Amino acid sequence: MHMADALLSPTVGVALWGASAGTIAYCSQKVSTEMDSGKVPLMGVLGAFIFAAQMINFTIPVTGSSGHLGGGLILTILLGPYAAFLTIASVLVVQALFFADGGLLALGCNIFNLGFFPAFIAYPLIYKKIIGREPTSAKITAASIVAAVIGLQMGAFGVVLETVFSGISALPFLTFVAMMQPIHLAIGIVEGVVTAAVVSFVYKARPEIIQSTLELSPMGSHPMRNILLAFLVMAMLMGGFVSRFASKNPDGLEWSITKVTGKVGMKGPEQGLHATLTALQEKIALLPDYSFRKNSELRKEESKPEAAQPFQKTEAKKTEDQKNLAGTSVAGLVGGTMTLGIAFLIGFALKRRRLPQRIVLS
Amino acid sequence: MASLQQAVLDLKNLDLLANGNSPIHRLDARAKVLVSFVFIICVVSCDRYEVAALFPFCVFPVVMISLSDLPPLFIIRKIALICPFVLAVGILNPVFDREILMQLGPLGISGGWMSFASILIRSTLTVGTACILVGVTGFTAVCQALERLGVPQIFAVQLLFLYRYIFVLTEESDRASRSRALRSCGKSGKGIRSFGSLTGHLLLRTWQRAERIHIAMLSRGFRGEFRSPKTSRFGTPDLVFVLGWTVYFAIIRSFDIPRSIGALLTGGGL
Amino acid sequence: MSHHIVEVKNLSHIYPDGTAALFDVSFRITHGESVAIIGANGAGKSTLLLHLNGCLSATSGEIRIGDTRLTAGTLPDIRRTVGMVFQDPDDQLFMPTVFEDVAFGPCNLGLSGMDVEQRVSDALERVGAAHLREKPPYHLSGGEKKRVAIATVLSMMPDILVMDEPTSGLDPFARRQLIGLMRDFQHTRIITSHDLDMVYEVCDRTIILKRGMVAADGSTGDLFENGELLKECQLERPLSLQGCPECAARIRSCGTAKC
Ligand SMILES: Nc1ncnc2c1ncn2[C@@H]1O[C@H](COP(=O)(O)OP(=O)(O)O)[C@@H](O)[C@H]1O
Ligand SMILES: [Mg+2]
Repeated sequence: MHMADALLSPTVGVALWGASAGTIAYCSQKVSTEMDSGKVPLMGVLGAFIFAAQMINFTIPVTGSSGHLGGGLILTILLGPYAAFLTIASVLVVQALFFADGGLLALGCNIFNLGFFPAFIAYPLIYKKIIGREPTSAKITAASIVAAVIGLQMGAFGVVLETVFSGISALPFLTFVAMMQPIHLAIGIVEGVVTAAVVSFVYKARPEIIQSTLELSPMGSHPMRNILLAFLVMAMLMGGFVSRFASKNPDGLEWSITKVTGKVGMKGPEQGLHATLTALQEKIALLPDYSFRKNSELRKEESKPEAAQPFQKTEAKKTEDQKNLAGTSVAGLVGGTMTLGIAFLIGFALKRRRLPQRIVLS
Repeated sequence: MASLQQAVLDLKNLDLLANGNSPIHRLDARAKVLVSFVFIICVVSCDRYEVAALFPFCVFPVVMISLSDLPPLFIIRKIALICPFVLAVGILNPVFDREILMQLGPLGISGGWMSFASILIRSTLTVGTACILVGVTGFTAVCQALERLGVPQIFAVQLLFLYRYIFVLTEESDRASRSRALRSCGKSGKGIRSFGSLTGHLLLRTWQRAERIHIAMLSRGFRGEFRSPKTSRFGTPDLVFVLGWTVYFAIIRSFDIPRSIGALLTGGGL
Repeated sequence: MSHHIVEVKNLSHIYPDGTAALFDVSFRITHGESVAIIGANGAGKSTLLLHLNGCLSATSGEIRIGDTRLTAGTLPDIRRTVGMVFQDPDDQLFMPTVFEDVAFGPCNLGLSGMDVEQRVSDALERVGAAHLREKPPYHLSGGEKKRVAIATVLSMMPDILVMDEPTSGLDPFARRQLIGLMRDFQHTRIITSHDLDMVYEVCDRTIILKRGMVAADGSTGDLFENGELLKECQLERPLSLQGCPECAARIRSCGTAKC
């Protein structure tokens, strides 16, 4: 399931972009030190294969619907974790740019959800453990299914966390989890079966392909540590950003945080940059903007420690916020429609201006 | 899968658009990548209930499309296929967030509907931007720009390989699955067994192709490093382009212009 | 000019899966010769060609290009000397645009911008594909792809041109153009083909492979007269020789069946 720009807050988006970019840099480094110049075309062509393979369907018995090959796990089995992570990332880049899957900012999340978990968790910790040293058809099938299911469960949970942390969707955390995980259980089983079918076929025809990747430098403590370190840094970054964000969007996540920790998340950054900007805005603003002033007053109130009854307080703040918004949004809508009109007029004007040029040219 | 075939066709068309020769096409790819990013960050950083404040952002795609002569209908068609996941998650907002936020005459609009509308607009803007970026730059140039912006070469190059062979391989798998469909009477031949060997064959052929490509590269003197013959410069127009749009985005992001206009029109403050 | 000599001595090749594809193959090709290697499917033609620039390494036997023996150390030089056009142009055209693809080789030779530009223009000019230079390979037709694939090799200015089934999948017009191109090439040419009419037009000498071994080696005209031999090697006389010896003679003398 692809995460999308429209559901993402910039902080979550950027933090995961950072994490994915870091992992890409690390994997590129790893792959280039392997000194196998044939790996680059192989990765690219296998990436294209993932698209091509999705044109081949099969009928799922009983349900009658059809399934096709997913990407992450089979690429990892064929290429090993580092090269596979890069290939998955590039498949997602093409999907983001051409197939309108997700978007550019969500790319970081998607690379992480669909690349990191299969390549660095499901494959080394599950698939390889089950397969052991000598693959057999039965082992390949079992390993593929378990690894696919777990990889996808983690990916789906990633989507849930990212969405809830972003606070654009109003879906409560638990509802979302209850929605996503079972769907992905089904998807995971199908992906596992499909992966097993293809891998078994390849193993019979050219065992060396599967075997050589299995023997590829086992992920010792060292690379795993680096990856985990990157992950931790990312998590902290995200945590920092999110704690600031959660206070602004007090449903979903904050609700679950308050439940878990028993107190409201930290509010620190709220006063710093944002308050300054708001103050600045008030000074420069053409028209006095009640909404903003009220908001900032409200925030000052809030920043007083008030640990008791966090839930009620957030509720109170929410309604305050909404009243402010309600007052201004009719005006906003009128103005917005105007702006939209202006935007298209600009477009028309630019087109008109260019038209004579083309006639001269032709 | 018809939709994927359509997507591959669209992909070809979108890439052909990049052959255009407009002022926007001529800009350095890095400038366009950077501006697209700033744009998306600014759009998604708006508050979840913002609807009207997102409208000034439409100026960017509209201006880009008209300056670069992209066919607007093509872009609109691509945007219209809003990711089903976004729809599925977004449509639940009105369910969970029923508080009335806005009164339009007798009609009360809840926060959920407003944030749903906001999500749709966000989706349109961000997906449209990705489309426009490829349409005015071309995938290849985007990759090369990424490389020059610091993306590791190995990643950028295999991205190019992927793109190049999507066309070859999708045709191949199209032929393969068609021939299977012709020979599988009804449903009996379309199960997981034939799927496994069909896909497995495709995979093995792909693997061999990769080996042949590697051989072809080696026989033309490849020794592990890609050297590109072309280098474009980041000139003044590119700088103006980046700065101009960034300033515009910063302004519309920090001042709610529609609200000010609306306030003027509807008579003062509130 | 000894550079242009190709010498293969007792070459055998066994693939990792145990298939013996070549067995004790020997021949010597001198400067300026135009040689065809023909044989049934699976006879080992492609395998043989892949040895000539070190894409496959011999199980036993040796290969000399000019005065140099092909070893890991001499590989870069040999690859500069022997230009290889592969059967499927999609394998050969992997860069984003025709220009970049043709420039790939010269760039790897370490040439500077202007020289690369010059070489690319020349090569595209020679195959009549100058107008395609900004196109991506996947927007080309089969014949165009083939021509560009040849240009990618010509741009490296090889002394020996090796082509695997150059006319397969071409329409008559593209095939005719290609034949002209091969006739124009001054240096040593080695091609494999099932298009025996083309072989008859372009190559003076022919080597017939049969199950990995050299079954015959001699002048194209002589070999194609020998119906027994051809039949034994699962080949057929070219159409131009089958009923109409006269048009064959015309082809030999002026290069096209039409004059
Ligand atoms: N990569 C390979 N692995 C194993 N056997 C191969 C491989 N490539 C070719 N062969 C076998 O080697 C023999 C010669 O093949 P090839 O040189 O491609 O024939 P030709 O080009 O004359 O049709 C065939 O029997 C083929 O099956
Ligand atoms: Mg062959």
